[in-house]
Amino acid sequence: MKIAVLVKEVPDTWGDRQIDPSTKRVIRSGENVIDEINEKAVEAALLVKEANTGSEVTVITMGPSGALDAIRKSLAMGADSGIHITDDGLVGSDASQTSATLAAALAPRGFDLVITGNESTDGRTAAVPAMLAERLGIAQLTFLRTLEVNDNEVSGERMTEDGHIDVSASLPALVSVTEQIAEARYPNFKGIMAAKKKPVETVDIAALGLDSAETGGANSWSVVEGVAPRPARTGGTIIKDDGTAGTQIADYLAAAKLI
Amino acid sequence: MSDVLVLIEHSGGTVASSTSELLAAAAELGTPAAVIVTDGDGKALAIELGALGAATVFVATLPGADTVLVTPQVAALQAAIAASGDVSAVILGNSTDSREAGARFAARIGGAYQSDVVGVATGGAVTQQAFGGAFTITAVAGKGIPIISLRPNSVAGTAPTAAGKVSAIDISGDTAPTTIITARHEKSAVSARPELQSADIVVSGGRGLGSKEKFVLVEQLADAFGGAVGASRAAVDAGYVEHNMQVGQTGVTVSPNIYIALGISGAIQHRAGMQSAKTIIAINKDASAPIFDIADFGVVGDLFTVVPQLIDAVKARKS
Ligand SMILES: Cc1cc2nc3c(=O)[nH]c(=O)nc-3n(C[C@H](O)[C@H](O)[C@H](O)COP(=O)(O)OP(=O)(O)OC[C@H]3O[C@@H](n4cnc5c(N)ncnc54)[C@H](O)[C@@H]3O)c2cc1C
Ligand SMILES: Nc1ncnc2c1ncn2[C@@H]1O[C@H](COP(=O)(O)O)[C@@H](O)[C@H]1O
Repeated sequence: MKIAVLVKEVPDTWGDRQIDPSTKRVIRSGENVIDEINEKAVEAALLVKEANTGSEVTVITMGPSGALDAIRKSLAMGADSGIHITDDGLVGSDASQTSATLAAALAPRGFDLVITGNESTDGRTAAVPAMLAERLGIAQLTFLRTLEVNDNEVSGERMTEDGHIDVSASLPALVSVTEQIAEARYPNFKGIMAAKKKPVETVDIAALGLDSAETGGANSWSVVEGVAPRPARTGGTIIKDDGTAGTQIADYLAAAKLI
Repeated sequence: MSDVLVLIEHSGGTVASSTSELLAAAAELGTPAAVIVTDGDGKALAIELGALGAATVFVATLPGADTVLVTPQVAALQAAIAASGDVSAVILGNSTDSREAGARFAARIGGAYQSDVVGVATGGAVTQQAFGGAFTITAVAGKGIPIISLRPNSVAGTAPTAAGKVSAIDISGDTAPTTIITARHEKSAVSARPELQSADIVVSGGRGLGSKEKFVLVEQLADAFGGAVGASRAAVDAGYVEHNMQVGQTGVTVSPNIYIALGISGAIQHRAGMQSAKTIIAINKDASAPIFDIADFGVVGDLFTVVPQLIDAVKARKS
């Protein structure tokens, strides 16, 4: 089985994440890491590979030069090869453009299974997977917390607002995983060394056959016009419980006319 | 005025609670036109939707409609655009199903997908939040029509009652490969507690609760307030509650009037899901817990002694 995993490099959620008011884009010059959900997506792909002999896992990312680290980490975990889509003309892409770019890389390579995270921690649009399924014309099994692949059939539990539903479809298919799918394995020393020798192909807009009049922030469908930081929240009254703290909270809420 | 399509979610003959707000938002931008996929004729739903402001109700009839994931809704939106001939925007709810229908539809027709919108303005400009409300963003459609997924409690008021005229649309020619829903394991929509995302009061518990059994205390406080129950990721990972109750970076974003954090340290990823609450109350036995940096009223103490007293005090004030 040919499996693709889509990974994205994002600003570390532990850090101070900022948006540049002039470019109106996320500042990516700070500490960047592979999005945690994508490590889990790689894990999910490796589990499918291990259960299906003869499978191959390709990691794909679209991002600046530093995003190569996300590919290397995935290769160290056990993926077989990487594709790094990078081009200055892709900077500022929205979800629709990102999905079109990823689709251009995926479509000619004929993957049986495409695995993504359900939602990135920087954009939180949770849109790329559904858009990608649409563009590739394959079944969409998104927000899965469990995943099973048998012969020609994919199934799993999709998280919903009120619980979960069981879904299934035929391959080829796109799966997006939620954070409960699996704990990602840590790359060991052998994996890290092996990753250095694994093939990574670098492709740009021209190699994908995309029209540069359609790519990047200047041509996006969704255009950000304004960015305003909210003033930081400050602490209020902190008391030490003297045996009446429960009553004091109720008094506080009542005084503020909240209850 | 142009039509503004609203994708309607419904189950068991009842429309989703977000419907009225979605139609009100549509009325701000144009003439509300509802789009439904159903295995019936949609006539009863159309009456309800007319009362909520839909001038037209585009009905796609599909046997087994609720066993196919997302693609029928995308096809219905496409058919409704063709049937209307003049659509200036599409509005959808914020459930995973609706968001994905909107995203796919944007990719299909070429539109500007705007996720998790908290405000709409005439002309289709939208307001969004980034990094847990740390930034407010305004965005427009640079090309194509705006396709807007609206967060609950974002638009006030209701749309004036309208005709709710049924217009049948045909989605039998849809060729998108389908995903089949083989079973549903969902609690009924009519839960005794308000929905987490739109609740006025949220009481959340963290690892400090210590066990699934003791987490009941969080539920008791929530019920005393008539609020919703949330949790930290540590509480979810420990199995105290289901993942759909998780608040934070990779969970639900809430902005209630009152947020009460019990035994939650206040890690940056948790704060990303609740820091836009109006009033934050925290109970934690560790005075240096970061949750106190953003709490309006904090108690350094043992939640197992403070919370029972708070429950009694709230009940006393309510009676
Ligand atoms: C990519 C990423 C995404 C994440 N997404 C989320 C998310 O969506 N939501 C989320 O919550 N976290 C998220 N996290 C995890 C986050 O970093 C923290 O690990 C988590 O929020 C901690 O949960 P907690 O506060 O319950 O546990 P802890 O940090 O262990 O805190 C427990 C607290 O309980 C207090 N306590 C213990 N006993 C008592 C008592 N008897 N009375 C009073 N207080 C007591 C302790 O003093 C302590 O402060 C994410 C992390 C990453 C890396
Ligand atoms: N630039 C990108 N490169 C590779 N994969 C991406 C990219 N953007 C989004 N994805 C995939 O889509 C998932 C959901 O992202 P999003 O739709 O941005 O919330 C991510 O977890 C990735 O798997």
